[in-house]
Amino acid sequence: MTRAIEELLARMPVGPSDIDEFLKCHRFPIVEGSRVTFAFRGDVDRVELEHWVYGLPSSQPLTRLESTDLFYHTMDLPRNSRVEYKLLITRGDDRQLIRDPLNDLLAHDPFGANSVCYASGYETPEWVEPNPEARPGEIAHFGLWSAAFDEERPIAVYLPPRFRTTRRYLLLIVHDGFDYVQYANLKTVLDNLIHRLDIPPLIVALTNSPNRLQEYAANKSHAAFIVHDLLPFIEERFPVVRKPVGRCLMGASFGGVATLFTAWTHPGVFGRLLLQSGSFAFTDIGHHHREAAFDPVVEFINRFRRDPGRPSDKIFVSCGQYESLIYENRSLVPLLRDTGMSVRYTEARDGHNWENWRDRLREGISWVFPGPLWMIYE
Amino acid sequence: MREICILGPQRLRPTLDAALRSLGWTGPFAVITAGWEEREAEVEELELHLGQSAINLNLFARGEEIFRTDSGFFDANQRYHDRRRELRELYNIRLSHGLNAVRELDRRTGNTSLLGPERTDAIAAIRRLDLNYLRRVRSLWAEFEHEWAPSDRPALKAHRKEIAAILKGAGAVLIAGGHVVNLLHSIRLFRLGSILRKKRIVAWSAGAMIIGERIVLFHDNPPQGAGNAEVCDFGLGLYSGIVPFPHARRRLRLDDKKRVSLLARRLAPALCVAMDDGAQLTWDGRLWRADEGSFQLTPQGTVEVMTDSTETS
Repeated sequence: MTRAIEELLARMPVGPSDIDEFLKCHRFPIVEGSRVTFAFRGDVDRVELEHWVYGLPSSQPLTRLESTDLFYHTMDLPRNSRVEYKLLITRGDDRQLIRDPLNDLLAHDPFGANSVCYASGYETPEWVEPNPEARPGEIAHFGLWSAAFDEERPIAVYLPPRFRTTRRYLLLIVHDGFDYVQYANLKTVLDNLIHRLDIPPLIVALTNSPNRLQEYAANKSHAAFIVHDLLPFIEERFPVVRKPVGRCLMGASFGGVATLFTAWTHPGVFGRLLLQSGSFAFTDIGHHHREAAFDPVVEFINRFRRDPGRPSDKIFVSCGQYESLIYENRSLVPLLRDTGMSVRYTEARDGHNWENWRDRLREGISWVFPGPLWMIYE
Repeated sequence: MREICILGPQRLRPTLDAALRSLGWTGPFAVITAGWEEREAEVEELELHLGQSAINLNLFARGEEIFRTDSGFFDANQRYHDRRRELRELYNIRLSHGLNAVRELDRRTGNTSLLGPERTDAIAAIRRLDLNYLRRVRSLWAEFEHEWAPSDRPALKAHRKEIAAILKGAGAVLIAGGHVVNLLHSIRLFRLGSILRKKRIVAWSAGAMIIGERIVLFHDNPPQGAGNAEVCDFGLGLYSGIVPFPHARRRLRLDDKKRVSLLARRLAPALCVAMDDGAQLTWDGRLWRADEGSFQLTPQGTVEVMTDSTETS
C-alpha cells in the first residue's frame, strides 16, 4: 500500500473530517513512485476501476475504508505510464460509468472523455500545447467528388505558415484527419514542429470516413479514393512534391490498416507510411476472436504476412504497450524489416487512444520527414 | 580596424536598430538575407525596424538565376552538395563513436592517473577529427572551384561587379540568419569574403555563425539521434576567438554540466558563446566587447556572463 493511504489507515477509525482532510491534501489519483491510489467518496454500494490496460483485469474493485464512504484501490503503474479510466458506480440496481470526480484531467475522444492517470515520469510534451512564438498554419475545407464512392466527401488541407505557391512541399495524408485535429491537437503539433524545425513545412490532407469500420477494413474502394481521387485533387491544387519520396500516408487503429492496405495495393505511390496502433489482426491457424468487422482485416493481414511485397520505403510504427494489439504490432515489425524497408518502431506505456498517438507525432513525422533543425538558425 | 557586431536572434526581440545607433553606424545599409532562401526579398519588417530602406544584395535570387540559365553549372553545384552531404554522413559516424568514448570515459571512475590522460586524448581525437573533416570540406569546395571556376563565369562576374558596387557605397552590411549552408554558399559563390573583410558588419544567428572561423551546428534535443554538435565548415574568418551559439537556451541543455564542459573543451581555445535574444558582441579586430546578454560556456561546465574586453587569441 502507498504511504498516503497507509497513513490514513493507521489512524483508523477515521471520521468524515479526516476524510475531508485526506481528500483536500492530495491530488488524485495519488502517485507515489510506481504505486498509484485511486479514490472515490460517495454513498454507493460498490466502485470499480474500469480501464483498458491489456494484461490487467479490466475491472478492479475499490475497497471501502471501513465504516466510511471512502473507497480506494492501489496498483502498480510503471514509470512514464499514461492510463485512461472511468469508475463504475453501483447503487442498488443502478450502475453508472462516470469520470473520476476527484481528477480534473480528461482525455477526449469521439465517444466523450475519460479520466486520465499520469504515472510518475509522464509529462505532456510541451510541443502539443499552443506556443505563441510558433507561426500558425491554416486549414482550408473542401468538398471532393469521389469517383470511388460516387459521392462528395469532405476533406481539409493544412497549409504551413508562410505558405508559398513557388515552393514544393512534402505531403502527408491523414486518415481520420479531423479527429487527429480535434483529439490529438494535430494542427498545434504541426505548427510547433515546423517552428522547432523538427519537420519541414508540409501540406497535410485530412480525410474522414462516414463508415470507417467498413471503409478502412482493407477496402479497395477506399484505397482507390486515396490514390485516384484525393491524391490527384491535392496535386492539381497545391504545390506538392510529386514523387513517392515526398508523400506519406498515415493512420491509427483501423486507419493504420487502411494505410497499409492502400500502400500494399498501390506500391510505389507512398514512399513513407506512419502506422499508429494499427489493427493488424491476423491468425496463424483457425478463426480470429475479434468482432466481425475484423474479418476483412484478418484476411488482408494474413495475405500481407504471406507476401508483404514492398508497399513503401520508410515506415514508422508505434503502439501502446497496454493495447491488445501490441502483439500484432510487434509481430509485424520484423516482417516489414525483412522486406528491406527502413522501419522505425516505438512503443509507449499507454493505450489505444488519441493522446498516445498525439505523443508519438513528433518522433513519427520527424522520422519520415526530417526537419532542417541542424541547418536553420533564424 | 575591423568592426563587427554580432547579435542574438532578431525575430522576437529585435535589437538591430539599437545596436546600430549605439555603434554610431548609419546607412545606407546593404543587407544579405540569402539564408532566408526564397523569402530573401521579404525585408519589409527589417526596413520598418531600421526606419529606412536597405539595399538587398539578393544573393539567393542571383544564384537561382545563374543556375536556371547554366544547367551544367547547376548540375555541378548539385553534385558538390551531394558529396558534401555524403561526407557529412561519414563524419557523423566517426563523430558518434568518438563522442560516445568521451562520454563513457567521463562517467567512468577509477585510477585518475590512468583515466585523466585517456580523457584528454579522447577529446583530442574529436578535435583532430573535426579539423580533418573541415579540411576535407574545404578541399571539396576547392575541387569545385578549380573545375568550374565559378568566379570566372561571365554571369557570375557580372553579378559580382554589381554587388561590389553596392557594397562600396554601403555604410554597413547586415547579414541575417536562416539556412547556414545556403547563406555561406551564396557568399562564397560570388566571392564576397574579401569585400566583406573591409566593411562594417552586423550579423545575427546564421549570419553571425558564417562570418567566424568555424561553423558549428548544434541541437541537444533533436527528435532523432543523440544531438551531437558537429563542425560544418570554415567560416569567412572575419573575426576570431569565439564560436556563437544562437538560440542557445532553446537548442542546448545549458543545465547539463557535462555537455557544456565537453563543448567548451572541444572548441577551445575559441570561446563558446550562448547568444539568445538581446545578446550583443562587438569585435574591433583584437578584442571582444560583450555589451548585452552574452554568456560563455566554460570547461568546468558552467555558463557565465561574458565579460567586456575578453582577450582572445
